[in-house]
Amino acid sequence: MKISGYLRPDGSIGFRNHIAILPSVGCANDVVVRLGRMYPDVRLLSHRQGCSQVGPDNDQTTRALVGLGKNPNIAGVLVVGLGCETIPAEYLAQEISKTKKMVDYLVFNDEEGLMAALPKGAKMLDRMLHETSKMKRVPCELEQLTVGLKCGLSDTTSGIASNPATGIAADRVIESGGTVIFGETPELIGAESIMAKRAASREIEEKLYRVADECKERVKTSGGDIQAANVAPGNIEGGITTIEEKSLGSIKKGGGTTLQGVLDYGEIPGDKGLFFMDSPGRTPEALTGFNAAGAQVLIFPTGGGSPAGSLISPVIKVTANSKTAQRLRGHIDVDVSTVISGEEQLVKAGDRIFQKLLQVANGEQTKSETLGYGSISIWNISPLCG
Amino acid sequence: MDVPKAIMIEQKDNVATLLSGIEEGSQVQIEIGERNFTVQAIDQIPYGHKIALKDIIKGEEVIKYGEVIGRSTDHIKEGSHVHIHNIKSLSLGNL
Repeated sequence: MKISGYLRPDGSIGFRNHIAILPSVGCANDVVVRLGRMYPDVRLLSHRQGCSQVGPDNDQTTRALVGLGKNPNIAGVLVVGLGCETIPAEYLAQEISKTKKMVDYLVFNDEEGLMAALPKGAKMLDRMLHETSKMKRVPCELEQLTVGLKCGLSDTTSGIASNPATGIAADRVIESGGTVIFGETPELIGAESIMAKRAASREIEEKLYRVADECKERVKTSGGDIQAANVAPGNIEGGITTIEEKSLGSIKKGGGTTLQGVLDYGEIPGDKGLFFMDSPGRTPEALTGFNAAGAQVLIFPTGGGSPAGSLISPVIKVTANSKTAQRLRGHIDVDVSTVISGEEQLVKAGDRIFQKLLQVANGEQTKSETLGYGSISIWNISPLCG
Repeated sequence: MDVPKAIMIEQKDNVATLLSGIEEGSQVQIEIGERNFTVQAIDQIPYGHKIALKDIIKGEEVIKYGEVIGRSTDHIKEGSHVHIHNIKSLSLGNL
């Protein structure tokens, strides 16, 4: 199947054509939401970061905000700031402008209140929306595609079928020259040595172990244990007993190719191929990290079911649990429970996921996309200092 | 009535995962690739949980996906339910 997308000025391809409003700080969310009411199709990337952050935590939030604006699915972005925040709206706009896409910014404290800020923002959005209405898809290659992978509410069917089937689709993307990013560092624990064997270099292997160790340390410092933190009651009820069992099943979704790098949270890969992103297991943060890294489509294998969507990239929901496929038929895009029942080979199921990926890239909406929800949540690595 | 089935993922595994809930005493067909063999369940085991394919002594590694998923905390007989009551994560010792 051929694919097509929107050619951006920097040569990247968007598989959706969104206009987004990005607050540089959580305090600007109210202005963003009010502007959003005037333009229901615009993506509101409200979040709670951007103030009272220092050091690596501030760097991480900055990287994530810039990355979100740079995502190729976004044709144009209006950055809204207050004027007092740590990460200025003007700075974010300048960084995002390096992609040469439409970028504008609005600083609330430069205006005489909301009544003055709204028409100014509205004019900027109006112009961008009009420009996007003229854009057309052009044929493109799979090497322009970056796919993010997240598994959620895993159960016994995840490690046996939905994750390995997703892994087969991931391998197909990489064989075709594309990029796949998977993450959830807590689900590396117990499986580090398996992934390390596939690392393209010593440096990548070392970073893999380092991010896993840092994760264990963070949990320990908080007074918890990784088993309790990451093996949820729903997992246990579904048959998963230990973090190792969960992790070994989880990494299956990354397929079998060489690991080309370990990304920091929200970091855009500098090359094609398979990457692991240091990221939390929690869905909103994980999906936000992939959005910031440039993923245009997300695949989400689930056991017990999840309604998760994304404002920036369509989420393809996959399950091998036949009860979930029936109960959540309004949310599941690909049912691979036929692998569990023995009716279908794993390879064929993987191929079906890959075909759905191409259809979605070409414009077919996923169920969560039609439902039209999603949220931005940036992974905070330090406690609030302010 | 269909014979209840369980999936064994790698040859090295000493547990298999149930594809349907079973009563104590059921004969379970264990599938690995094209091969299959039978194990008698000595516990009632819910769907998605694991059955021991052989005796596992206390402290022995429990293997699934060909890798260690934990250590047994009790002597486990072949056909037993293997779950959080008799398997412990290695992370709880190492942390």
